[in-house]
Amino acid sequence: MMAPFFKYALFGENISLVVAFLVGIGFGFFLERAGFGSSRKLAAQFYFTDLTVFKVMFTAIVTAMLGVYWLSVFGFMDLSLVYLTPTFLAPQMVGGLILGAGFVVGGYCPGTACVGIATGRIDALVLFVGIFAGVFGFSELYPRVSGFYMSTSMGQLTLPQVTHLPYGLLVFAVVLMALGGFIGAEWVEKRMAARKVEA
Amino acid sequence: MEAKPAQPYWNPYVAGVGLGLVLLASFVVMGRGLGASGAVASTITAGLNTVAPGHVAANPAYAEYLKDGASPLKDWLVFEVLGVFVGGYLSGMLAHRVTRVVERGPHITAGKRLMFAFIGGALMGVGAKLARGCTSGQALTGGALLNAGSWAFMIMVFAGAYALAYFMRRQWL
Repeated sequence: MMAPFFKYALFGENISLVVAFLVGIGFGFFLERAGFGSSRKLAAQFYFTDLTVFKVMFTAIVTAMLGVYWLSVFGFMDLSLVYLTPTFLAPQMVGGLILGAGFVVGGYCPGTACVGIATGRIDALVLFVGIFAGVFGFSELYPRVSGFYMSTSMGQLTLPQVTHLPYGLLVFAVVLMALGGFIGAEWVEKRMAARKVEA
Repeated sequence: MEAKPAQPYWNPYVAGVGLGLVLLASFVVMGRGLGASGAVASTITAGLNTVAPGHVAANPAYAEYLKDGASPLKDWLVFEVLGVFVGGYLSGMLAHRVTRVVERGPHITAGKRLMFAFIGGALMGVGAKLARGCTSGQALTGGALLNAGSWAFMIMVFAGAYALAYFMRRQWL
């Protein structure tokens, strides 16, 4: 075992902030390369005309998932040291619903809004101010909603634990699902493009 | 001087592999994934803490972002998000895609578009707080780790967006 390097104290907190900045540069770079600095391109996902959001997201998930899986199988990385956000099922599902609604209303998600701002999109800047308002509003009301926020606590929970299926099998299933999704996405985009030509 | 035309975006699968490798590098080097919305909470906490430290300390929604002795801004996600701005700008600049514009569909005014952008952002702020993460911290990061709550979150994000898409069509189409 060598990784995660930070957890094995190969460097300290100040260096970790440099790493954060570099990771962020990579993150922002590829988001922009994919076209995620554009709200119209992002929103097109929800009208089936351009499914880039789905394709990029699931390609990224599959890439990182396979990397994590093989690195832990070969004993290079201790997966138990990678931070896993604990599951609070109900608030996470409701939060997802609200965030999804915000996505189609606003056109960016928080990370892509940063890229939008960096490439001059004024709508991204206004949306980012809106995020501040939302986070502030939620935090001010937190004492009143903390009951729901803390409800359905299930601890750190992974899909292998929920389904009682082997980790490797689920990884394989997600890869198959993603590949099926990509084939479907290409087909849908072609159909939508053809429809547009007819109309 | 004539502005150079914007270059086409990368193939989504190529960009996705790049994004996935950045996420994987973060797991390997740091033992944590990506994020975005957490940096907003740190920034608000830092600001409030200078004017009303008692208010911040009394509310766990802020207090969890306090660091003993250091500013809440000396935070991993804050530095990561600063990097996102830089990386986004670099990519956009190299591809001639940096333009000051209000992006909108052909049937909506810029003012209305900005109003919707603000409302959408506010909804997202609430949603990300409630869900303990956004598309980066939950969907991407948790998705790759097969985190149960993250997958539930991700499905609901798409459900919420598609459910409202019809009513928002005049903004985009």
